[in-house]
Amino acid sequence: MDVNDVPQEGNRTMGGYRRAMYARDKDGRIVIVPSRGGEVDETVTLQALDLIREQTEQARTRVQAGKTSPLEYWMYAQRLDLPQLSQVTGYWQWRIRRHFNPERFARLPAKVLQNYAWVMGITVDQLKKLP
Amino acid sequence: MNIVNEKFRHRHAAHCESGVAASMLTHHGVPISEAMAFGLSAAMAFAYLPFVKFAGFPLIAYRMPPRHILKGMVKPFKMRFHFETFRDPATGTRRLDELLAQDRVVGVQTSAFWLPYFPEDMRFHFNAHNLIVYGKEGDDYLISDPVAEDPQRCASDALQRARFATGLMAPKGLLYYPESIGQTTVTAEAVIRAIRKTVRTMLGPVPIVGVRGIRMLANRVAKLDPGEKLSLNYAGHIVRMQEEIGTGGAGFRFLYAAFLQEAAQVTGIAELAVLSERMNEIGDGWREFALKAARMIKGREPFEPKRLAEMLHGQAEQEKEFFQALKRAIA
Repeated sequence: MDVNDVPQEGNRTMGGYRRAMYARDKDGRIVIVPSRGGEVDETVTLQALDLIREQTEQARTRVQAGKTSPLEYWMYAQRLDLPQLSQVTGYWQWRIRRHFNPERFARLPAKVLQNYAWVMGITVDQLKKLP
Repeated sequence: MNIVNEKFRHRHAAHCESGVAASMLTHHGVPISEAMAFGLSAAMAFAYLPFVKFAGFPLIAYRMPPRHILKGMVKPFKMRFHFETFRDPATGTRRLDELLAQDRVVGVQTSAFWLPYFPEDMRFHFNAHNLIVYGKEGDDYLISDPVAEDPQRCASDALQRARFATGLMAPKGLLYYPESIGQTTVTAEAVIRAIRKTVRTMLGPVPIVGVRGIRMLANRVAKLDPGEKLSLNYAGHIVRMQEEIGTGGAGFRFLYAAFLQEAAQVTGIAELAVLSERMNEIGDGWREFALKAARMIKGREPFEPKRLAEMLHGQAEQEKEFFQALKRAIA
């Protein structure tokens, strides 16, 4: 890549940051050029964020229909999925899946709720309902 | 507590771990570039790990696993690295403060999700981010995060949270600093040894690693069903691992090209400068692949997995020929 080819159109997912990229200057030396990002990286990041948003909204609908607990909603909202939630809590996936059951969720001990809230960076009160 | 290591210089880098390694060594009197840290630790690689899932998609790494670069500094610089992890977050924070008070700059491993200065859209649960803490002012740590252009600040409870995130590759408060450095210049032998190692990784017999890994990924992409919605997300994921998460494919190829340019100087092997040009072109090929995939995602072009697979096979072929040439150049 040449210095002039370093993307500078901007990538709104970068929040104004510039990332270091290596490119060849006019003397043929490879140097660091700060990049504002471009369409390609913006496209794929937004695609990933869209998928997360879609999963979150689908979970919200299921919570409202009484088919799942707010835990599932918060899992997606805090950018986790089932394997990841299992890794950060140390609970087996099947156990978490049981906690998606609204009745079971309502009976969870404070300690378990506290653990879920902690790994997701929210309060227990938030965890118990949809925002 | 107010303490700032005035001698420390923040540097912007393409990748967190090579950036931390280069800044740390430079601070301790071994002036090396990020590219040299990257190349010298033989960190360039490719790996397709279908059994490790990242948000439901396979892990595609364009370099060696975390901590490979730090450990790769040990031999060429005859150094001793002190690594320390903690069970208890409060102890980990106290220890960090203690080291800062001793005027050290300290490398720490963190989760990217819990760093408040990270752009919102970039905050994913990725636990192997590296940065340097070089001071503390009041309750704020002064942070040199290599992927940020300027130094950052982070409140102590937030940094503690990031250092003690749980999950895959949990940092456990890991902190590190060099205890002793026995070699302050880069030797030709070390450079050649590192190149040989990278050649072995890229041309080696492991089917999911190196050139063969690229081919396996290509075959997987060829099988994607264009009618299935998640297929496009799969294509996007490959590009995301390449462009966004810890720099990625093209980024690392350009970084390696920069290393080869330096390597030509250190070893006096002129051919390495020529090969640096070629690596630069291979990086361009990865960018073309990313561009093609992005166009398909945006619906500007029909989604043709076969076309993407073809491009990946092309990259594999180029890299194969490249590393064979690299092997001959240092023989």
